[in-house]
Amino acid sequence: MEPDERRQFEQATLPHLDSAYNLARWLTHDEHAAEDVVQEAYLRAARYFGSFRGGDGRAWLLGVVRRASLDWLAKRRAQVALVYDEDVHDRGDESSNPEFLAIRKCDQASVREALEELPPQLREVIVLRELEGLSYQEIASVSAVPIGTVMSRLSRGRQQLQARLASCTEGEAL
Amino acid sequence: MNCQDVRHLLHPYSDGELDLVRHVQIEAHLTDCAECAEQEKRLRSLRAAIASPSLYHRAPAGLRTRVQLATRPVTHGRRRLSLQLTGIAAGVLLLVGASATIGMLMLRAGLSADDRLAEWVVAAHVRALQVDHLTDVASSDQHTVKPWFRGKLDFSPQVPDFSAQGYPLSGGRLDYLADRPVAALVYHRKLHAINLFTWPAHNDGEKAVRGLSRQGFHIRYWQTSGMTYWAISDLNDREFDEFVRLFQENSSK
Repeated sequence: MEPDERRQFEQATLPHLDSAYNLARWLTHDEHAAEDVVQEAYLRAARYFGSFRGGDGRAWLLGVVRRASLDWLAKRRAQVALVYDEDVHDRGDESSNPEFLAIRKCDQASVREALEELPPQLREVIVLRELEGLSYQEIASVSAVPIGTVMSRLSRGRQQLQARLASCTEGEAL
Repeated sequence: MNCQDVRHLLHPYSDGELDLVRHVQIEAHLTDCAECAEQEKRLRSLRAAIASPSLYHRAPAGLRTRVQLATRPVTHGRRRLSLQLTGIAAGVLLLVGASATIGMLMLRAGLSADDRLAEWVVAAHVRALQVDHLTDVASSDQHTVKPWFRGKLDFSPQVPDFSAQGYPLSGGRLDYLADRPVAALVYHRKLHAINLFTWPAHNDGEKAVRGLSRQGFHIRYWQTSGMTYWAISDLNDREFDEFVRLFQENSSK
């Protein structure tokens, strides 16, 4: 990369480091993996910077981060077949237990947990919409799906969150 | 617009993604319909709860430097050396003839690959020191460090400890070298950090220890039992060689 191009690359992508890490962290559930994924994403982004058409570097970068996160998850899934993963198993047990859902309190920890338990496709759009404030159009481009899919995933994701946080949303606390 | 239509469009309405006409229609409906208004209120409170700063994961300190270093090209030095070697190869061509040239070109190809790796190793070592991120798992217990790599790599590195000999294990870390994830083991000799990178070799051949010096760092690299090892440190040659000997004796069995 020539110095000029390099400067453009950093200007377009470095301001979005928090966004990149936030998405990677929510998708991988692992703080160390998220750092590795972000580094990998920046390496890929640098390699393909020629394909960046200018404009908002964030959506473009987040698309690369998403891809790198999914690659990491796919690789780990292949390994999980061999290695028992406590995190995944515990999570599954809790969310399938209705009593566990019912006794939750209306605090930030519950919201975080509920969001973590969402299926990845739904979690992804919720994070991009609520935490990153991306428009449907931008989410569609990051997730490489039509806008209609973004809309239905957002509705489904929020409905599932409301169901998981039922005890919260009935009251006034949320 | 009836309640069913409104419920269907409530999310895009809440997200401000509807055209003005439908947006106004829903707004009007919500002022008249208590049930739909309640739905809308629940949605709004859920969204407010999610959009909380405490749920946002900010990038940790050091990640910026790490990313910048990782994307910064490390080409100086190698070019110069390649040029020199090209010059040498040309000289040999004139003096000795074609057969010698082939041998020299092979040597050059081999050196360039090692040379490139050496630069990656230096960059990885410096990066880890600069951002103060030597270890992902900090432990002097080999039975903690070795299992930590499980599920993170497609191989299982040997993790011996040499506390008794004055080279205690400090931990391990994932790194990325030569276009693949590798295990980085971290040892210390007093205040000197030793980074040892290891990953599966392309073949089962054994390669004796070779040494390099780059930018004030010493490098030793070898291949044994199908694994490639690159160690780097600013430790003096004698103690560094001692460490390498210890490692070789304890990891090849």
